[in-house]
Amino acid sequence: MRMVKWSAAFVLVIAIGLAAFVLITAPRALSDQRLTVLKTPGNAQRGEGIFNAGGCASCHATPEQEDRTVLGGGLELASAFGTFVVPNISSHPQDGIGLWQARDLANAMLEGVSPRSEHYYPAFPYAAYTHAKIEDIADLMAYLRTLPAVEGKTVSHRLSFPFNIRVLIGGWKFLFFNRTPVQDDPTHSAQWNRGRYLVEALGHCAECHSPRNALGGIIAAQRFAGGPDPEGKGWVPNLTQHEKGLKDWSIADIEDVLASGSTPEGDYVGGSMAKVVRNSAQLSKEDREAMADYIKSLAPIEGPVRPPRPAF
Amino acid sequence: MIRPIFTLLFLLTGFSLAQAQTDAIAQRRAIMKGVGQANADVGKIAKGEAPFDLAKVKALLSASQEASAKMPGLFPDNSKTGDTAALPKVWQTKADFDARWKKLGEDAAALQIAITDQASFKAKMSDFGKNCGGCHEGYRQKN
Ligand code: HEC
Ligand code: HEC
Ligand code: HEC
Repeated sequence: MRMVKWSAAFVLVIAIGLAAFVLITAPRALSDQRLTVLKTPGNAQRGEGIFNAGGCASCHATPEQEDRTVLGGGLELASAFGTFVVPNISSHPQDGIGLWQARDLANAMLEGVSPRSEHYYPAFPYAAYTHAKIEDIADLMAYLRTLPAVEGKTVSHRLSFPFNIRVLIGGWKFLFFNRTPVQDDPTHSAQWNRGRYLVEALGHCAECHSPRNALGGIIAAQRFAGGPDPEGKGWVPNLTQHEKGLKDWSIADIEDVLASGSTPEGDYVGGSMAKVVRNSAQLSKEDREAMADYIKSLAPIEGPVRPPRPAF
Repeated sequence: MIRPIFTLLFLLTGFSLAQAQTDAIAQRRAIMKGVGQANADVGKIAKGEAPFDLAKVKALLSASQEASAKMPGLFPDNSKTGDTAALPKVWQTKADFDARWKKLGEDAAALQIAITDQASFKAKMSDFGKNCGGCHEGYRQKN
């Protein structure tokens, strides 16, 4: 009898807990007030700039072909939680996002919420895009509409339990998703503020250049200080002014790596950074200089300790 | 008596195999480091941080031609792991990888003739680096 009472109480507590979790972490779309900006059609030409600064092609372009505007998806992103398959975001009405309105893209990029009111996985770097200006999203949508329709839906992600349950992403958002807008800082120049917007809101540089905890959240105290490559092999370098970071790099050096991939040591960046460079090479030199200006201002932070390299 | 000899032979072959593998990695990295140093000098010229110097440009082109000739042979199957930044794709699409080395050598040879002064350097050199970045994109990730 007593057992039954206890277990009933236990079930009740769990049920209340679950209900509270679902309530607190439910996907929430943008308010109509914020969406009013989207009533005017976006400017596709400006949108192309947002597309390049946001690096959408790095993930969404169909692999094994050169055209950055063929957004058929299919790239596989390995992670500790399983493999994500990047979706088709071409203008194809059924297989891509051809039927989307600007508000759908705004909800996806600023809130990580789908038109079906489900959470997106943060492998889609909306934790950075959430800081983007809503007008920029309208322009981006206008640009995406001009790109070719690519046939073929991509296959589902292959994630291990419990990470395959989308509702749980609400918990991740509750813990790590910071929607605070990036406001201009009047103590810095206009160039620096432009750079910060490009790096933080669009370029999502910190998404790769920061260490993460076991739940996949960025360790805030070591933002930009580098860490193990989330995709497995390799190490992502420290971008702060620490001596193991970019202390010896000039603003021109940083601009140059974003333009051509070449580093002051005469090396060329490889792997996923080479894809980033394909995007940043399309930006104006002023924009790259602004990004370099901001990166050069990052306070020195010691990154995680790099494991010794194997002898053979 | 026969046993220690066998053991010794066994150890020796094992040792030399491991040696061959680390040698290939060390050799290819040394070659690439040399190209990198030559390229750093040329980068300074391109950025206007150093005066134009034809000898330094030629040194980069020669180092690239040498790399083009030697590198394809320095990726034996037993050198996939170790202190290397080469990605597994090197061995998966070896034909494409080798073709890129060939193109690097051909482009360098053409530029040896085409670049004679600062003006021709400015006009002709800029695309050369795409060979480097393009190959590193698929085949190299720092570790
Ligand atoms: C680091 C890789 C990455 C980058 C960069 C990236 N995305 Fe994605 N994107 C993803 C992944 C992975 C998903 C799937 C998320 C999910 O299923 O929850 C996704 C989903 C989407 C979706 C939802 C598609 C659908 O069918 O519901 C849209 C729209 C989208 N991304 C647009 C963009 C745009 C626009 C950019 C550039 C500003 C961009 N993405 C940059 C990885 C990326
Ligand atoms: C998809 C992950 C990813 C993103 C996004 C990314 N990087 Fe990188 N970055 C890397 C990796 C990996 C390397 C190491 C490249 C190599 O192997 O040579 C790197 C290297 C660099 C380097 C060279 C540092 C050094 O010490 O050699 C700089 C500078 C840099 N990134 C800046 C940026 C900036 C600025 C952004 C944002 C626009 C950015 N990165 C976005 C993964 C990323
Ligand atoms: C066909 C492919 C290819 C081309 C072309 C190429 N590289 Fe490399 N590079 C590699 C690979 C693979 C490695 C990693 C070698 C290793 O660690 O085993 C590498 C490594 C390097 C390194 C790091 C060496 C070290 O270990 O310290 C530098 C520097 C470098 N390359 C510079 C260049 C420059 C400059 C060019 C153009 C002139 C160039 N590379 C062209 C494939 C290439």
